[in-house]
Amino acid sequence: MSENVVDLNVTPLYNKHLEAGARMVPFSGWNMPVQYTGIIEEHLHTRSRAGLFDICHMGEFFLRGSSAGEEVDRLVTCRIDDMPAGKCRYGFLLREDGGIIDDLIVFKISPEEFMLVVNSGTVEKDRKWIESHVSSGTEFSDESDRMAKLDLQGPLSAEVLSRILGRSTVESVRRYYFAGVVMEGVKVLLSRTGYTGEQGYELFFPAERAAMLWDMLSAYKEVKPVGLGARDTLRMEMGYSLYGNDIDEDRTPFEANLSKFVFMEKDFIGKEELLKRKEKGINRILTGFICEGRRSARSHFTVMCDDRAIGEVTSGAFSPCLKKGIGLCYIDKECFIEGQGILLSDGKAGIRAAVKKIPIYER
Amino acid sequence: MVPGELKYTKEHEWIKIEGDEAVLGITDHAQSELGDITFIELPEPGREIRQSENFATIESVKAASDVYAPVSGKIVAVNDSLQDTPEAMNRSPYGDGWICRISIADAGELDGLMDAGTYENYLKE
Repeated sequence: MSENVVDLNVTPLYNKHLEAGARMVPFSGWNMPVQYTGIIEEHLHTRSRAGLFDICHMGEFFLRGSSAGEEVDRLVTCRIDDMPAGKCRYGFLLREDGGIIDDLIVFKISPEEFMLVVNSGTVEKDRKWIESHVSSGTEFSDESDRMAKLDLQGPLSAEVLSRILGRSTVESVRRYYFAGVVMEGVKVLLSRTGYTGEQGYELFFPAERAAMLWDMLSAYKEVKPVGLGARDTLRMEMGYSLYGNDIDEDRTPFEANLSKFVFMEKDFIGKEELLKRKEKGINRILTGFICEGRRSARSHFTVMCDDRAIGEVTSGAFSPCLKKGIGLCYIDKECFIEGQGILLSDGKAGIRAAVKKIPIYER
Repeated sequence: MVPGELKYTKEHEWIKIEGDEAVLGITDHAQSELGDITFIELPEPGREIRQSENFATIESVKAASDVYAPVSGKIVAVNDSLQDTPEAMNRSPYGDGWICRISIADAGELDGLMDAGTYENYLKE
């Protein structure tokens, strides 16, 4: 860990994490809890009950004005014009050459107000990119510092929220929709979204109320705090990409096998180059893999098939649900076949694995 | 938790001397730093290992790390149960989580290791 701890940002919940016995680690410029009691226990708790995650490090941008919808439509790859207010959608910010600047979720708050939720490590470059591409008629503001974000994820998350908000309110929020609610006098944007594959919610609200809502939610016996370690293994089991590992500016959404989040029937930044690259043909594609045993490959392991290097591992970990090594890798497209045998190697260890299309973990 | 009768390395391995033989493992501090241990690559019985040689690899959920020989010797037994329950190294690093037993090649090498008190101070540094 080369990052100097004193230079790291902390979330409003830093002291709560220390009180809960968290192990803190640097993560993209932030001092964040990687685990409280153990990654495997926290992972399985989220799959069976409800996990509470401090996600205050992520960025929240707002675009406001009568042309905000058109501006967002041009900036991101997903379709915007058919979104009702209260809907959210996953998409990408692309460079002109089609490389992924970031993956994000667009929230349509009203026809004249949109929120973009972006990765913590990319807040500054995203902000500069958007500021230089948004026209003067639209007001852009980075409100990451004033906003807190807590994720409550797991099969009992709706039950817990129902006790606070009432069942009908919680049930009215469908997947990939959101609603404004009031919790203990705090105005919260509650969205049914997440990064775990479980039914779950993300709560956005003013940063100064973070400790209060954290305490209120963690008081429920179904709820346990969960660190970034389990957040990573949970997303990996689902095959969700992590920006900076599995997707970056050198990759396009097509190579990442995420073309369903690119709406080619509209104009957006990067579209022309994406079309050209598509015509040339996509050679490599992102896929999941499952190892034969408990040992997992890690980032940058080479993927071999019949003694030929066919790609590279971009994420790898032990899967607490499958009790095997799993991960994501880019491989030659002709090898993208379910069950294809591959060997993952760092030059020393050779780990036998098989291609698994996402989700890697299926119930 | 640093048992008094063992000797320790700076890489957080322990060694328990039993006559001409010794049992090796990783310390409570090491298992705590690693977090949930998910896999160990054990050495083959019969293999000769030299002091400071990497003779086993331990993986936790998120990372892999090497285990080094506190002294030179020959592996006479390994703890095969760790292949199915590597978490024993978390639960009982000085007991069920032992890694292997060696016959000691050069007892003189033991003099360079830390005793419990020295290791405890080393952890506080």
